[in-house]
Amino acid sequence: MTLSYPLQSLTAHPPRLSPGYKSTVKRSPTKPLIPMRHTLSELTGPVYGHETVRENDNDLTLQGKGEPLGERIIVHGHVLDEDGRGVPNTLVELWQANACGRYVHVVDQHPAPLDPNFTGAGRTQSDSEGYYRFVTIKPGAYPWGNHHNAWRPAHIHFSVFGHSFVSRLVTQMYFPGDPLFPFDPIFNSVTDEKARNRMVSGFDLENTKPDWALCYRFNIVLRGRNATPMETK
Amino acid sequence: MSKAQNKPEGVTPSQTVGPYFAYGLTSNGQYDWNDAFSNNLVTSDTSGERVRVEGQVFDGDGKPMVDCMLEIWQADAQGRFSDPQDKRALPNSSFKGFGRCGTDGNGGYAFDTIKPGIVADPDGKPQAPHLVLAVFARGMLLHLYTRIYFGGEAGNATDPVLALVPADRRATLIAQQANCNGNAVYRLDIHMQGDNETVFFDV
Repeated sequence: MTLSYPLQSLTAHPPRLSPGYKSTVKRSPTKPLIPMRHTLSELTGPVYGHETVRENDNDLTLQGKGEPLGERIIVHGHVLDEDGRGVPNTLVELWQANACGRYVHVVDQHPAPLDPNFTGAGRTQSDSEGYYRFVTIKPGAYPWGNHHNAWRPAHIHFSVFGHSFVSRLVTQMYFPGDPLFPFDPIFNSVTDEKARNRMVSGFDLENTKPDWALCYRFNIVLRGRNATPMETK
Repeated sequence: MSKAQNKPEGVTPSQTVGPYFAYGLTSNGQYDWNDAFSNNLVTSDTSGERVRVEGQVFDGDGKPMVDCMLEIWQADAQGRFSDPQDKRALPNSSFKGFGRCGTDGNGGYAFDTIKPGIVADPDGKPQAPHLVLAVFARGMLLHLYTRIYFGGEAGNATDPVLALVPADRRATLIAQQANCNGNAVYRLDIHMQGDNETVFFDV
């Protein structure tokens, strides 16, 4: 039986036009989106196995000739759907700035040093229950041109696939208690406070590795399938 | 770790892919990182009509969007998806049906793939061959979904999804064949805004 992913799930997302984030003004549609029933094209999605992920792709501190500078951290969590079911064997990609708040991307001209031992890209596959784990460096905050004295709170970009093409999610993980939160139009584009807080990782003392690295937990919740059939005739 | 899960309060909200994703998602040999995906979907055992689908992405000022990521998802030439949820999937084909492309300095994109077969809608009505397209970019807090159909397909006239689109906007979804040294090239530009604003779907 074909099951639908309810559109109600999408209300947690930011509006596409969020004028406080200036780039949205010319990059969001002006005409209403057209509703349609999900067909097999929307309800299926790419499946990638272990061949896509190399050993150590989930440890961003092992990709250079030496160790990157900065605070080593563990970032782990559960990929699950809205019904609380783990999403197993799904690809999780991440990318981030280095400890100084500088991206390796050629366009990033923030005058902070690059780290020759840190690219800032990683990927892994969630395990049979949906759990994932990365080792990385805590990224720094960095300035951007949106408005006077604009700074992004430290964040890690995540890209997750899930069970279907409409469960695709690209988001950003933030760190608890960041003083930049009230001033960031991207973070605050999510208008509901509870939803916004789902983007903030939790400090996870229990899974900290003593004498080695602190740990943050970031659960990623994807759209769930409604138990009712999508036939609406 | 505990298996006990409370039902979450809702999905994790989307955030923009930002301007700096290329080294992680579409490095294309420019960074010290291997790409998981490419814009070439064709594998050695892929059957079907090979096509290139290309175009440019423009913002509301008509400027090329040079920092855009496009992803496509499609059926094989027999209309089957490489996903265990499609019970008809062909185990002997390595065609995955998924492609990813970062736009170039002109906002340009291209996918090398095969023209998909016919996929039924939930009522069993045939849908014309189409790609599902997701658009990500700086300035886009949540990606957009649209479809790419193929000009000249008789099935476009009766496609149940195209039928939902006002007739004067359907052209924004139909790639037109361009003559290019005998290869099948289809061209479709994506416009975020303006007179030719692309139709996006609420899915």
